[in-house]
Amino acid sequence: MAHQTNLLDFRDAHGGAPGVHADGGHAQPARRPVAHGFVHSKEAGGAVDGPGIRYVLFVSGCPLRCLYCHNPDTWHMRKGKETSVGEIVAEMASYSNFLKRAKGGITITGGEPLTQVEFTAEIFHAAKAMGLHTALDTSGFLGKRVTDEMLEDIDLVLLDIKAFTEETYFEVTGAQLQPTLDFARRLSAKGKKIWLRYVLVPGLTDKLDEIEGLAAFAAELGVVERVDVLPFHKLGEFKWKECGRDYKLADTEPPSGELVEQVRSIFRSHGLKAG
Amino acid sequence: MNVYAREPFDTIDTELTAKAPWRGFLPGTWTREIDVRSFIIANVTPFEGDAGFLAGITPRTADLWEKLKLQLKAERDKGGVLDVDVSTPSSITSHKAGYIAEDLEQIVGLQTDAPLKRAIMPFGGYRMVKNGLEAYGFKADTSLDKVFPKLRKTHNDAVFDVYTPEMLACRKSGIITGLPDAYGRGRIIGDYRRVALYGVNRLIEDKQAQQASFDLATIDENVLRAREETAEQIKALKELVKLGEIYGFDLTRPATNAREAVQWTYLAYLAAVKEANGAAMSLGRVSSFLDIFIQRDIEEGEINEAEAQELFDHFVMKLRIIRFLRTPEYDQLFSGDPTWVTESIGGMAIDGRPLVTKSSFRMLNTLNTLGPAPEPNLTVLWSEHLPKGFRDFCAETSIRTSSIQYENDDLMRPYWGDDYGIACCVSAMRIGKQMQFFGARANLAKTLLYAINGGRDEKSGAQVGPALAPVVGDYLDYEDVKTRFIPMMEWLARVYVNALNSIHYMHDKYMYERIEMALHDRDILRTMACGIAGLSVAADSLSAIKYAKVKIIRDERGLATDFEIEGDYPAFGNNDDRVDDIAVWLTETFMGCIRKHKTYRNAMPTQSILTITSNVVYGKKTGNTPDGRKAGQPFAPGANPMHGRDKNGAVASMASVAKLPYAHAQDGISYTFSIVPSALGSTSEDRVNNLDNLLSGYFLQGGHHINVNVFDRETLVDAMEHPELYPQLTIRVSGYAVNFIKLTREQQLDVISRTFHGASN
Repeated sequence: MAHQTNLLDFRDAHGGAPGVHADGGHAQPARRPVAHGFVHSKEAGGAVDGPGIRYVLFVSGCPLRCLYCHNPDTWHMRKGKETSVGEIVAEMASYSNFLKRAKGGITITGGEPLTQVEFTAEIFHAAKAMGLHTALDTSGFLGKRVTDEMLEDIDLVLLDIKAFTEETYFEVTGAQLQPTLDFARRLSAKGKKIWLRYVLVPGLTDKLDEIEGLAAFAAELGVVERVDVLPFHKLGEFKWKECGRDYKLADTEPPSGELVEQVRSIFRSHGLKAG
Repeated sequence: MNVYAREPFDTIDTELTAKAPWRGFLPGTWTREIDVRSFIIANVTPFEGDAGFLAGITPRTADLWEKLKLQLKAERDKGGVLDVDVSTPSSITSHKAGYIAEDLEQIVGLQTDAPLKRAIMPFGGYRMVKNGLEAYGFKADTSLDKVFPKLRKTHNDAVFDVYTPEMLACRKSGIITGLPDAYGRGRIIGDYRRVALYGVNRLIEDKQAQQASFDLATIDENVLRAREETAEQIKALKELVKLGEIYGFDLTRPATNAREAVQWTYLAYLAAVKEANGAAMSLGRVSSFLDIFIQRDIEEGEINEAEAQELFDHFVMKLRIIRFLRTPEYDQLFSGDPTWVTESIGGMAIDGRPLVTKSSFRMLNTLNTLGPAPEPNLTVLWSEHLPKGFRDFCAETSIRTSSIQYENDDLMRPYWGDDYGIACCVSAMRIGKQMQFFGARANLAKTLLYAINGGRDEKSGAQVGPALAPVVGDYLDYEDVKTRFIPMMEWLARVYVNALNSIHYMHDKYMYERIEMALHDRDILRTMACGIAGLSVAADSLSAIKYAKVKIIRDERGLATDFEIEGDYPAFGNNDDRVDDIAVWLTETFMGCIRKHKTYRNAMPTQSILTITSNVVYGKKTGNTPDGRKAGQPFAPGANPMHGRDKNGAVASMASVAKLPYAHAQDGISYTFSIVPSALGSTSEDRVNNLDNLLSGYFLQGGHHINVNVFDRETLVDAMEHPELYPQLTIRVSGYAVNFIKLTREQQLDVISRTFHGASN
């Protein structure tokens, strides 16, 4: 299969970080057509993943193993449905007028869209050709895979920075933080707009000094349009059970309204728009 | 259109004299003939700003509303009907003045002499009145037994005199349901604004001139009918003057200020609801008309913003307590005691200016000052050119109250101009220039079953339709079923249109809406408003037959009463042309069948895709269907995809509905949309913008109508358990709003089972 070379192979199906390295040993390949990708699901009409009303494509496969993940059913690429680029593009085209009028566009999320970077790139390229706004929702961990050429087809990056020290980041995701920060700086250098997302989990990502550091970093980037502080919720817990996995945050409660507000005000104090 | 033009009035001029009713108004065609649109276009002040100018509730309004809320609670506690005047058939002048609290009310007038006391209207059908009284624990006045139907035949008696056996069989089986043969047909909008602008004397003069125009060489049946109707209209106008006198107003002359303009308009409407108990008694498009009077008063320093809001609040309180005596069966069909006092707000003028005024905001603001409510049925005529400030206020109010419906002005304006209003839920009509013969609806899903079973009813086994060959074989074949379905639709359309002709002939004869028609032009457009129910069930059934394998299970009578589906099929509501095209085909084909038949008074045939809440009753009357829906399960309301089958998100669902062609469903295509607040965005600003974005996208695709509900399913579940905590919880169902707690439990469960577009996973 043509796409096989750029896929990560998750053999450790029983959890834990897969030990993938951010650079994955890949050079940046020239674009060549990939016919298929693996898709977890699609939603025509999302309103929370980028501006306006959006066609949201959830691709499957993710190198991170976030403790609070609300879509653990998207971790494994092969559990997605094999779908052709053409099929997605045709569907996108049928919504194109609607999405433009609704001030929206397309968002590719997951999973981690960059696990299937060429599939993602081709869809973005087609979306831009239709005149649609494009948004990439990513952890940034595989940011190195994004070619400069691909970046031209991306209007907005929803960048999920899950923690701001290597230690906490590893605890949350089982992976390293540095690739994400590198990707953020690269986006900044290119003048790409970022919506920063931060999931606030009591006892895990609520260290205020760390958040302070993240806020300063984000402000310095100069391209962060808004910051979404997302309160931890347990709506995905049932999926962990369905996947036969142990949900480690079963006893963790969502953050209080005051804490959420406090964290938002830290971002605001750095001149960022936080909601 | 007026019959002749005349010079401007001698007595009324547009000069700025103290009491001259038209002082300061720009003249136009309206000063020479009855033409409210011309008045609006010449004098309206479009407002492009935001809601910042609005005033809150005044202490006087708050006091009055508290008093009325107590009465509304008493009505609920009594099981739905507070009181009835059992012995006085209602007419324009039947009752003495009634008040909620006279010293507080800025706008007055009740249907009887006390708030929420219902009147009887026996001319539609006396049995219906008696049943209604008994069901709610009242005793009929036996003296009326001597009158009805012995001395005075009713509409109901007359229709049943002429119904054919075939029509009766269709009515009984439920393949046609909800026919207005025992109650008022409604869906006629009098141009109540004329009374405020011209005064009744001028309107009588106009009608007299019309009468003179019917003095012809040959006086045949048509001319006689016109002469009799015009004579009745003039009498009704004279009674309207008396109704004014009962409340101490002189309606013979035009309104001279804002308060009078609201009062005159309301009394004209009140006369209509005292005379006719139509299923839908819609108000029209009054907000921006009234705004012209309010704007003048504000400029003259007569009133301030709080007082302007007060006029709307007091007007709306009256509209919220319009009541008719109905039977429980009627309420089961049209739940929640609706009256469809539909008010159309906004829209664009043909000259490109928005018809949004400050009073468009004030009317919607009653949902804030008085809280959410199902009535009046506030309907925003949506255009992409509406000012952003107004669109934001609409979205914000929708999110907070779920009490607004939206209809596509950009789609309708080319058909109906810029002074149309919505009757009932989705029926557009030029105000004062058009009316409709309301025709309820035919059940397409059941018709499909008749096609499969050779005209025999799948529940009773009776031969209701023509005895055409039934499907033989064990599996349904798409082309074979289609070939049988078409003649069955042809048959149904014939019976259906003929039944409607019978009903409306008799309605005109025995229950003519005198005052509503007095507020129309001489020559009007009439539509024969047919309708279909079960569109998504029928489309999904055909899709299942075409794309999956559907095995027939026959019962001991040899009737196909159940189906086994092998494999998957595309369902309506997922933006999949394979099935969406079938839904379009059904709409066009049935409309084509209707168009073949001669209609009463040469009405223009139309149809709606609308079920109101009768989707529950239709479901009950329909057996298992080939889409996998089980016997008795509700249909989806209106043009909605079946519950839970629209799986690709809100935009996909909207895209499917928007494909249904308005040209072949000119009486309207209803779509009810429910979304949880968090799915619209995380901040209130995002939610407002995204609801606006969704509406823009949907209407651009050609969508006609949308009900917007924004709440969590949990709220409804809680309201079912604790109705006392949610007296004002309002939800939109197809085409109108209801108090959730007034629905039957079955209907509540139906609403809860519908698709709620949720946050993405």
